Amino acid sequence: MACIEPDGFLTRCGELLLLAMWKPATPDEVARDVRVPLFRVRSAIREFVGAGLLEKRGEAYVLTAKGVQKMEG
Amino acid sequence: MEEKNKEKTIKMLRLPRIGESAPAFEAETTLGTIRLEDFKGTWLILFSHPADFTPVCTTEFVAFAEIQEELQELGVELMGLSIDSGYAHIAWVRNIEEKFGVKISFPVIADLDRKVATLYGMIMPGESKTETSRCVFVIDPTGILRAMIYYPLTTGRNMQEILRLIKALQTSDEHKVATPANWQPGDPVIVPPPKTQDVAEERVREGYDCKDWYFCTKNL
Repeated sequence: MACIEPDGFLTRCGELLLLAMWKPATPDEVARDVRVPLFRVRSAIREFVGAGLLEKRGEAYVLTAKGVQKMEG
Repeated sequence: MEEKNKEKTIKMLRLPRIGESAPAFEAETTLGTIRLEDFKGTWLILFSHPADFTPVCTTEFVAFAEIQEELQELGVELMGLSIDSGYAHIAWVRNIEEKFGVKISFPVIADLDRKVATLYGMIMPGESKTETSRCVFVIDPTGILRAMIYYPLTTGRNMQEILRLIKALQTSDEHKVATPANWQPGDPVIVPPPKTQDVAEERVREGYDCKDWYFCTKNL
């Protein structure tokens, strides 16, 4: 995976994108704020949701408790 | 039962066509798992090359990288594909950066099981049964396939033509016009020919540059 390794290690790209979702954000907002192509943001969000670090709320995504712990750790 | 199997086979082998939805897929790439739907809202140039670590393909990757910024300014992303492993792709793009000083930052699909290559008709058995030919698929922000280019293994593609094609398609979409042969941005565009007699009669009075009722151009 591009942004998070199977053992949970976050790549630099992963850290940047997760940081951008500290408050609820849509994929478009993240792409704009972090200046990463939208397709990469969508792909990364899928990885993070699969890893339990993000959850969807309406159109936006937000860090889960596990995601917050990951960022603080 | 035989008819149903025949129908199923025909559906499976159906190749993409201009004006229809580009076939959906999910694939492993050098930038992780990517789905075609991830590109919704942007234009996409999906292109195939025969094999990593081959000379013509290397010139093409360098050339695609050189136009990537200009493409992104036009709202277009790039994605490559070959029937090579992810490891081969990684080694090759690192080699391109080392030997040619060019960073490849677009994703490259590792289509080892030929799933995407088959969906898009990228393999020409008369040329090679194990490599994709040099195909280009232009997909618009709504996921519709707008143009296709097929080149043989021997001949590298022309990036200026690909850029021209994108600009022509976007101009047509924005202004509801067509573009003539050899059109370049700034050249006159073609006003769509009239579909009724009334409009045909009015056409020559509408202020366009007309050779005849069906052949009118204008400057944008």
